[in-house]
Amino acid sequence: MTALPALLLAALIAAQAPTSPPIFQPGAPGAAARIITPGEAVALSRSTFTAADVAFMQHMIVHHAQAVEMVELLETRGASPAVKLLGRRIALSQQAEMDLMRDWLTLRGQPLEMPGMSGHDHHAGHAMPAGETPVMPGMLSPKQMQTLAAASGPAFDRLFLQGMIQHHQGALDMVAGLMATPGAAEDTLLSDFTNSVVADQSTEILRMQSILSDL
Amino acid sequence: MNVRSTLLSTAAVLGVLMSASLASAQAPAAQVIPTDARSALSGGMFDAGQYASGMVLEHSVRPAPGFFEREALFSPPRNPAEGAALQERIRADPRFAPLALANSDMALSNGRLFVGNFNGFNAYDVTKGGAPELVMSVVCPGGQGDVSVVGNLLFMSVEANRARLDCGTAVAEGEVNAERFRGVRIFDISDLNAPRQIAAVQTCRGSHTHTLVPDPANPRSLYIYNSGTADVRKTAELAICTDGQPDQNPDTALFSIDVIKVDLDRPQDAAIVSRPRIFADANGRVAGLWRGGRAGIATQNTAQTNQCHDITVYPEIGLAAGACSGNGILLDISNPEHPVRVSDIFDPDMAYWHSATFSNAGDKVVFTDEWGGGIGARCRAEDPSTWGANMVAAIENRTLRGRAFHKLPSAQGADENCVAHNGMIVPVPGRDLMVQAWYQGGVSIMDFTDPAKPVEIAAFDRGPIEDGKLFVAGSWSAYWFNGRIYSSEIARGLDVLKLVPGDHLSAAEIAAAEAVRSDQINPQTQTRVVWADTPDVAQAYLDQLMRAPAADAALTAQVQAAIDEWRAGRPDSRGAAGIAAALTAAAEKETGAIAKGRLTALAGIFTRRAG
Repeated sequence: MTALPALLLAALIAAQAPTSPPIFQPGAPGAAARIITPGEAVALSRSTFTAADVAFMQHMIVHHAQAVEMVELLETRGASPAVKLLGRRIALSQQAEMDLMRDWLTLRGQPLEMPGMSGHDHHAGHAMPAGETPVMPGMLSPKQMQTLAAASGPAFDRLFLQGMIQHHQGALDMVAGLMATPGAAEDTLLSDFTNSVVADQSTEILRMQSILSDL
Repeated sequence: MNVRSTLLSTAAVLGVLMSASLASAQAPAAQVIPTDARSALSGGMFDAGQYASGMVLEHSVRPAPGFFEREALFSPPRNPAEGAALQERIRADPRFAPLALANSDMALSNGRLFVGNFNGFNAYDVTKGGAPELVMSVVCPGGQGDVSVVGNLLFMSVEANRARLDCGTAVAEGEVNAERFRGVRIFDISDLNAPRQIAAVQTCRGSHTHTLVPDPANPRSLYIYNSGTADVRKTAELAICTDGQPDQNPDTALFSIDVIKVDLDRPQDAAIVSRPRIFADANGRVAGLWRGGRAGIATQNTAQTNQCHDITVYPEIGLAAGACSGNGILLDISNPEHPVRVSDIFDPDMAYWHSATFSNAGDKVVFTDEWGGGIGARCRAEDPSTWGANMVAAIENRTLRGRAFHKLPSAQGADENCVAHNGMIVPVPGRDLMVQAWYQGGVSIMDFTDPAKPVEIAAFDRGPIEDGKLFVAGSWSAYWFNGRIYSSEIARGLDVLKLVPGDHLSAAEIAAAEAVRSDQINPQTQTRVVWADTPDVAQAYLDQLMRAPAADAALTAQVQAAIDEWRAGRPDSRGAAGIAAALTAAAEKETGAIAKGRLTALAGIFTRRAG
């Protein structure tokens, strides 16, 4: 055997094998990159989640559920078409976000409710005993929910908007609280989610303030 | 604008919109998202059902090695057994991150297509005519990885709190961490076998997107408009950053963009040179746009338009269009270091002003509304047709005026995330076309030549990743790069699409667009397209004129004969000068602005041909 057929064979094998360029992981500015394997590249993508992340999602599901309940009241008790339109939009986005949060928790093998939490159904204001203490930041207290459920017409619209503004501001506070927790919100999806919560709720707050001023 | 007039304008906008919806109630078809052949395509990871109209899928390149993991897709378990298996896996390895390998935005330079990814970026050689060929992979986690390229420099946006200066993943923990990096990275990519990070410009709110802005005074220098959308970093981590509302803290890092200056000969020295208050009002109130809040209302003052999501600059007209969360804005960028807002627009149907694209003439802007952030199904039949849509706005005397909404005209399933996303002009002369990504709504081309009547003329779509279950996937960006549409598919890799002639687009119109070439394309840095005088360009205008029922048959036949001779290389026996005169006369009589423009452009071609 001469070297030539072996080289040709090697070239042939190389041509047949799926080849791809090396994968680089750069260093800090000025430093050289190193070459890593595809498995290492995938491993680098993974980030952790913390107990604070899980608690945030569990709490936010409860929080969002109240907004959906408020819109259910709006359908029968509200007067202004502009408020109803906005309310439906809020309910759609809160429901979609609740689905996402439930999936996020399920995907990570986490319970949908915090230990000791009795389930969001029980937070339905009109089904709760009267009380002054809201369950989560910004959530309407049971008493506020009862007042809302008893109102109708333009008075309802006003209470609804004021309540939903307070409610949404609470969500922003919850995100701010999470961001202030060391190590929290590293998870890519959660980080994206909190950004979208801030964007959605801020926009909706402004829109509600605007409609409120025109009522 | 002060708060009072802002509220007044809100009331005005609401009034207009309500009367608009009353008017359109007489034509309910316009308000409903119709079901069509792409509404119920079969699902599959790499074998989903496909739909194409006006374009064909030429290549589909699967994710690069190291940039795909089935489990990294957003994939909730479907039954108890899967749930138990997943929980077991998570117990064994809690490091787990769906979306962490998502493909994102793109840029093109010297025949190489750069595709951003939440875990880094990939480069493809697209010069060979076949499928794009992977030539480099770089892993550097830290956010969605918006990329731009100038020569041998690649710029990348980093926003995630986990990101580190050294591209590592030993998560930057704690509130303050010297190793944390959030901002714009600069890589030297001159040697594909040795990419190197050469600079990392730290910013207060990280970098969600960024836009390159040429320096009119110096071709060896450029500016970057950085849009950070995250929370403000702690002062102890980055000294220039302080948080809070402007009435409490006038120096707050909210309510501005970062302007970074890069000396192309010393990119390692890139630094922030200004943080303009582009949302301020005439009285200098920093929170001059949608801040809101009134005495007696149970709320704090809420930051609203305190950030841009994306900015598109059009240096040749000296303007930038900012999609800035609560408003669309227009900036005068004649001094790029100090952009000045000249117009702003609000609309109650827009949830989140996300991105902007100018028409080639610079007389229109398409703003997109990323209602819900892109991870939800927002194109279902029951979703409003004006939410999560495009808003076509006209620019009149440097003032933005909303004209119409356009949403993907095909109801998509609850198992497909869908909302308006990134797009770019398709350079067909005589028309304003934009190709656009709609996540799992697919790729769609909108004709917005008439800003009041935008309409879809071509589309490509796939079914969901899996029937009945939403996995975040679909087209992140769809851009026209030198004759082909490149679509960055979040989960499935990279698609290349080719336009095909049909009722809505002729062979000549496609050929005229395909002839437009550029060595370097960063879609948020728009450049003016100027078409060469060719038979295809002339034919494109003629085809457009002939689509109108009232076209002058004698004139169009005369022009067609002249174009045929031109194409065949025969001498100008038909008399280009005479045709030019006839077209000019027709243009003078024409009352429709669009047809008038096409007649005038065609007359110009024949005038130059006549010499």
